[in-house]
Amino acid sequence: MRKKTSSILWLIFLLSLVSFFIALPKGFEKEIVFRGKVRKISFTRPDFNFNLGPFKIRKKLFLHKGLDLAGGVHLVFLAQMKELPEEGREVALASLRENIARRVNLFGVSESVVWVSKALNEHHLIVEIPGEIDPDQAVALLGQTAQLNFRLEAELPPEATMSATVYDLFSIETDLTGANLQKAEVRFDPNTSKPQVGLVFDDKGKELFGQLTENNVNKRMAIFLDNFLLSAPVVKEPIKDGQAVISGEFQLNQAKQMVSQLNAGALPVEIELIRQERVDPSLGADSINKGVKAGLIGVILVALFMIIFYRLLGFLAVLGLIIYTLLSLALYKLIPVTLTMSGVAGFLLSLGMAVDSNILIFERMKEEVRAGKPKLIAMELGFGRAWDSIRDANVCTLIICFVLFNPFNWSFLNTSGLIRGFAFTLGLGVILEMFTGIVVVRAIMRSFYKPKGEIKK
Amino acid sequence: MKFLKYNWLYLLVSGILLAVSVFSLVKWGLEPSVDFRGGNLWEISFEQPLDQEKWMGFIKEKPEVTETQKIGTGNWLIKSSHTDLETKNSWEKEIEEGFGVFKELRFESLSPSLGKELLIKTLVSIVLAILGILIYVSFRFANKSFGVCAILAMLHDSLILLGSFSLLGHFSGVEVGSLFVTAVLTILAFSVHDTVVVYDGIRKLTRAYPKASFEQVADLAITQTLVRSINNSMTIIFVLLALFLLGGETTRYFSLALLIGTVLGTYSSTFVAVPLLSLWEKVFRK
Repeated sequence: MRKKTSSILWLIFLLSLVSFFIALPKGFEKEIVFRGKVRKISFTRPDFNFNLGPFKIRKKLFLHKGLDLAGGVHLVFLAQMKELPEEGREVALASLRENIARRVNLFGVSESVVWVSKALNEHHLIVEIPGEIDPDQAVALLGQTAQLNFRLEAELPPEATMSATVYDLFSIETDLTGANLQKAEVRFDPNTSKPQVGLVFDDKGKELFGQLTENNVNKRMAIFLDNFLLSAPVVKEPIKDGQAVISGEFQLNQAKQMVSQLNAGALPVEIELIRQERVDPSLGADSINKGVKAGLIGVILVALFMIIFYRLLGFLAVLGLIIYTLLSLALYKLIPVTLTMSGVAGFLLSLGMAVDSNILIFERMKEEVRAGKPKLIAMELGFGRAWDSIRDANVCTLIICFVLFNPFNWSFLNTSGLIRGFAFTLGLGVILEMFTGIVVVRAIMRSFYKPKGEIKK
Repeated sequence: MKFLKYNWLYLLVSGILLAVSVFSLVKWGLEPSVDFRGGNLWEISFEQPLDQEKWMGFIKEKPEVTETQKIGTGNWLIKSSHTDLETKNSWEKEIEEGFGVFKELRFESLSPSLGKELLIKTLVSIVLAILGILIYVSFRFANKSFGVCAILAMLHDSLILLGSFSLLGHFSGVEVGSLFVTAVLTILAFSVHDTVVVYDGIRKLTRAYPKASFEQVADLAITQTLVRSINNSMTIIFVLLALFLLGGETTRYFSLALLIGTVLGTYSSTFVAVPLLSLWEKVFRK
């Protein structure tokens, strides 16, 4: 028993150490004045790079901050697809997402996200761009409907070719637009089985495309999406049947991406801004400062309370609480969890709840001692008997967290980041709490809690 | 300790609180936030001191604006109905001309249709959450009296919590949004779990002392669990109080709702759930 306990203790120690390492901020610098001298403390945590057999683990560890903490724009667009045929909607939506993501990338913010969320009977496209950007510009740029058009190569004088842009090069506009393109799809060359991009035109498109290809054999025809050059294949022969193929050295994912972009123009979806949230980064920084301050004071109060009320036992519980905090922070970085202010609240609430299992155990122990049992036996009994209550106490909270977090993205439940942030940190906290409250604190107590009158085994 | 001797007192306290809550909810209802009704919320800060009288006059001229309010040291909150961006841009110009340079700290805008959708989703999640708890409670307590009383105690907590936010809404304009609902659901869970611990004590003691009366068993169970119940709530109250007093604006009323709920849940698990159970015993066992 002793041996087992001490190996669990070592494991916990190791786990805490790893968590501590992960939880550390990336870089840290602070000047402190000590005996009149200014000293600079600084340190940098190396990134999390190591090889585990054949796996190379490269992870940049940092706390992902939600919009309300980092500042930025959160936009919800309603995709209007009533005019599209039912079977084309899936494709249209995927293409819309792809195209909006491409536009979002123009802002060059690496942590931007774009996703589609199914509302009751509508589709929403949600865009989040953190950091300092011009929200009006973002709304204007993202809100446009995609425009696809075909252009022809102009004859440039030789001296101009050096400084010519793609817009100079393909300056001849045609009547052929995305409206004439029925769909684009990935195909495979029957001979080489290399991926290709197939284009299918409607009747009017077939006619226009036929004329254009007939007059421009061996010239390039460019396809622009929102004034952005997608492709400029060379016309090899006149195509009269409205079925064209762009071939080239495509990787499969490149072909897929181009198909999505072409479809964004072929199946244009009008989008309407129905929700926007903008937070200035300064306000986010202010929230973080306040949240951290509130959290620290709350935790110190909890720790003091536990130590004053339960003395040595309380101190051990606080040790468990510290390990709990380290594990939580490490998990937030590893999973990674996007932290919002409500997520911080969820974490703090779970922290307040975390000592519950300890309190339950300590109170049971007291009961057993009152009933005349030796303290050490009382401790083991306390842990055993409290388990039922601890499990019960947490089931309800987990049920609620499940409903609020909506892990399966059910369209009839909320998908709001604020609510999910809270539910996730609270739920994770409750699960972790069962681990630290029982396994960790028990191991610590078995090793360090040696009341008088111990029975020799 | 003979806790159940004062049953009438606990029921009186709860009765009064419930009556006030129901009155306020019926008379004034709850103040829905932008989340549920749609609209705009705009927080700006001025670089120079603001002529408040002139500001109020300016706001009055805008029929869309429902409320403006100073928050923190010098930030202003402007609530209005859902407007398009052009209207907002024209306001920006007018404000800059009339009151000087300002900085936009936060802007939230939600179309009324989305607000309605969020409300529906919220209602669905409330129903699902309560269903989940009901299933859990009925599974946990084969005995009907325990289950029903635990649910009644939970309803007691949520009604009073709603009532207090109805009062807060009426007298100080506090609004309820999806975060408030989140708080209410969390409190439902907390209330039930606290009650479960007390009821478990009663069940175990009934088995241990089959000859004792219900009152004796219940008193003993309360004595055994009260310290744990209060201590556990104290730790939660500490963190929530810190968050309420020192935390940011976005989670202020969220933490207040959790705080009120925690106090209610702790109170009800002992002083509502157990008296209810004893009433049940008196009415149905004789």
